[in-house]
Amino acid sequence: MKTIQNGIIKENPVFVLLLGLCSTLAITTKFENAYLMGICVTIVLIVSNLIVSCIRKWIPESVKTPVYILIIATLVTIMELLLHSYARDVYQVFGIYLPLIVVNCIILGRALAVASKTSVCKSILDGFGIGLGYTIALMIIACIREVLGSNTITFMDSISTITGYRAIYRVFPENELIPISFLISPAGAFLTLGLLMAIFNAIRKGGKHESH
Amino acid sequence: MNLINLFIMSILTENIVLMKFLGICPFIGTSSKEKSALGMGVSVTIVITLSSIITYLLYYYILVPTDTTYLKTLSFVLVVACMVQLIEMLIKRRNPKLYHSLGIYLPLITTNCAVLGVLLLNITNQYSFLEMLTFSIGSSLGFTLVIYIFSTIREALERRNVPNSFKGYPIALITASIMALLFSRYLIV
Repeated sequence: MKTIQNGIIKENPVFVLLLGLCSTLAITTKFENAYLMGICVTIVLIVSNLIVSCIRKWIPESVKTPVYILIIATLVTIMELLLHSYARDVYQVFGIYLPLIVVNCIILGRALAVASKTSVCKSILDGFGIGLGYTIALMIIACIREVLGSNTITFMDSISTITGYRAIYRVFPENELIPISFLISPAGAFLTLGLLMAIFNAIRKGGKHESH
Repeated sequence: MNLINLFIMSILTENIVLMKFLGICPFIGTSSKEKSALGMGVSVTIVITLSSIITYLLYYYILVPTDTTYLKTLSFVLVVACMVQLIEMLIKRRNPKLYHSLGIYLPLITTNCAVLGVLLLNITNQYSFLEMLTFSIGSSLGFTLVIYIFSTIREALERRNVPNSFKGYPIALITASIMALLFSRYLIV
């Protein structure tokens, strides 16, 4: 339980460790893309942590990184093939950011820092916690960017071929302020993340003051 | 004409860092010093240019005829890793002085999303060989340009008084946001 909590708050991959920002910034224009990307990364992270932790005793120190990258690349290729055949729309929305999960520093970072040193059970838990923290961070960013940037919130659109129905809602009634299309643009992505991190920092430091 | 257009577009309006978010980790993480930013930029330029040629040939002459295009992620990662290793050994033997200044950045490039991203974009955008070369060189120059400008701004920022919770990464991201706004097409129109 503590490992999972650690992944969400203390070592949140996006707000604290600042890892895997490529997909974080590129994908979060829609709420739906955010949680789907989060799920994909979490699955790859858990499985790669599991495999790395199982074989950690047989891998010599000098070839550690290439071996881990190959394992992750294989898992991502499997993910690509699965999405390509079962959820074509999602595959197309993600574009090059799906294969780029391979070089998402979170996964390799966790493999090197945690999974290659700890027991199987603990590394799976760590993968789950970090993955959950990543997903939550993506969902927060996407929520802000989509609601303010296009005045909608998309729960199901490109995965409607699987679930069977669409769910896109309007949030605010017609007005002049919203949508602010700036937030959907790349510049808006940087700004949203910067402000959110500042808020996150302020909350964490505020908490520390009370405990002193 | 088309090639010149593509070249300028890949440096400025379609900049891989600010518009496509590729290579954000080194952009935010390592670019707080002018010198290291230049070193990173140069090594990324070399790796992208060479490995884009190899992966292009690999994709169209081996993967497509044998109908194994789904292996592109795996094989491209392998090419980049080998390339980085090879360049590192070559520089080490030929020019030890250069190795000392570039050496620390080379291993980091294997997991740099900018490299794999450009290689994958070459394929998904279905470029011809010349277009591919132009795009790769343009993108890596764009990367170097942005990372260099950004590092100088950050060096200046370090001496300023920034509110406590904005220190470090948040202010860097907000700076990046303003830069992205300057590079985007909205201002030109």
